[in-house]
Amino acid sequence: MASDEAEYSPLGLAGVTAKNAVEVSVPPRATSDPPWARTIILAVALGFMGLFVVLPLTAVFVEALREGVRVYLAAITDPEARSAIRLTLLVASIAVPLNVIFGLAAAWTLTRFNFRGRSLLNTLIDLPFAVSPVIAGMIFVLLFGAQGWFGEWLSDHHIKIIFATPGIVLATTFVTFPFVARELIPLMEAAGTEEELAALTLGANGWQTFLRITLPNVKWGLLYGIVICNARAMGDFGAVSVVSGHIRGLTDTMPLYVEILYNDYSFAASFAVASLLTLLALATLVAKRIIGGRVEASSMPHENESVERKAA
Amino acid sequence: MKAERRRVIPGFGLAMGYTVAYLGLFALIPLSTIFLKTAGMGWLNFWTTITSLRVLAAYQLSIGASLIGAAVNVIFGLAVAWSLVRYEFPAKGVLDAIVDIPFALPTSVAGITLTAIYAENGWVGRLLAPLGIKVAFTPLGVIVALVFIGLPFVVRTVQPVLRDLEAELEEASATLGATRSQTFRRVILPALAPALITGFALAFARALGEYGSVVFISGNMPMRTEVVPLLIMTKLEEFDYQGATAIALVMLILSFSMLLLINLQQSRSALRDGV
Repeated sequence: MASDEAEYSPLGLAGVTAKNAVEVSVPPRATSDPPWARTIILAVALGFMGLFVVLPLTAVFVEALREGVRVYLAAITDPEARSAIRLTLLVASIAVPLNVIFGLAAAWTLTRFNFRGRSLLNTLIDLPFAVSPVIAGMIFVLLFGAQGWFGEWLSDHHIKIIFATPGIVLATTFVTFPFVARELIPLMEAAGTEEELAALTLGANGWQTFLRITLPNVKWGLLYGIVICNARAMGDFGAVSVVSGHIRGLTDTMPLYVEILYNDYSFAASFAVASLLTLLALATLVAKRIIGGRVEASSMPHENESVERKAA
Repeated sequence: MKAERRRVIPGFGLAMGYTVAYLGLFALIPLSTIFLKTAGMGWLNFWTTITSLRVLAAYQLSIGASLIGAAVNVIFGLAVAWSLVRYEFPAKGVLDAIVDIPFALPTSVAGITLTAIYAENGWVGRLLAPLGIKVAFTPLGVIVALVFIGLPFVVRTVQPVLRDLEAELEEASATLGATRSQTFRRVILPALAPALITGFALAFARALGEYGSVVFISGNMPMRTEVVPLLIMTKLEEFDYQGATAIALVMLILSFSMLLLINLQQSRSALRDGV
């Protein structure tokens, strides 16, 4: 090793590379896989994806339309289905904005200031990822349920949280709160504070700086976070299942209604509602892809990196 | 520097206050109920609850199936990530996008769909039935659901690392006389190892707590196909809140230590890379 370096150094960098290129021309196959390996790896990857992703996606729509278009349409326009759709939209329309404000506040705190306990706060944001959805629902039952800490007080004041919409909103908010923050933190970290400091120096106040500098800089990342947060909020099953009480037409969100129909052996109707949720998931992925491209293009510090990556 | 930054950019008090209050109200106070509830039940009671045969069987199934599911995902997820980064093939963009389906699809939809496919009269179940293999309503069904749910975690952790892997390393290895498989084993795999471990841990943690996609395909037979989240659900429905919280506490400790391990692993490899 050492003697090699000594031998090369007097030649200079250009000399070394030129010499290398002539003497040991690397055959093109040395850094790419042999055709047989390529075929096997591709076949394994495509087979796996086909079995675990494409097949289920197809099955949802085939099962949904098994008894014909009329049954399908009847299933998704049924009054109970409509009330499930309404509740799902209502819950998402409360939980998502709450988590957007939280995400902005958390990202501002974590990326603009240094303080003791910063990394602890950063870890706490991931908390819901480590908590089973069933446990996420359970903690709200322990707080607000009939036997819970506030159970007696709530029933004295005729306030219903568990087995009612507020409980569903609480559980959904808990399960989805990391998503916007997790999207914003790396972006705001990368954007740095120079532009904001410039705005402040020029006399802008805090809110003006935030609305005119920070927000436009991260708008695509924010939208990306909202799309993902929304998909999870509308699709949550485990946590909502615990707090909902399954009152048909009242506390059933779409994922819960899918379960109810399935357990009633109304398979076609169950898959019909499931197909709506699948379309939502597919739309989320399309939006994610479009917005993801914008996020990469709009974040300046990443630009050189992605150009390099493409060149490589 | 520190003090200066804090003084110049406004909003520390408001943003910090809001963040902490929000986390407290929505996460910390609710989660503390688990610790307080179990603290009130006494050691002996706690111990007999979490070591009853039915609970132990559920832990065994949950942990075992999650480990197997995550391991399957490491192998196949690596193949998927490898294909997406290194090869060109038709509809590659579509394949790349649908890797996230298990993450975006509501779990109850995944649950009923997998059950329909793997039931004895389903598309795949019908092919396996003559071979004597039953998937739906057996522990194997639990594994299938957990493989589905963990898929994006391994692929999305390995993919960026594989993309950023410098071609020079592989060229150098080939120049020095290594065969392609030696290069893979000695150069590429060690570089991917941290990402593979992180992906494994994330898939495992997610699988451990998974409820929706498992309840339909597992059949929910106590002692045989009952996973821990389902057991917690059953206890709650029986209004056995203490039993449910005791089981949940053990789960929480397990997944928190998992998360801690992931963080340690990540900060260690970040240190090594000089980030």
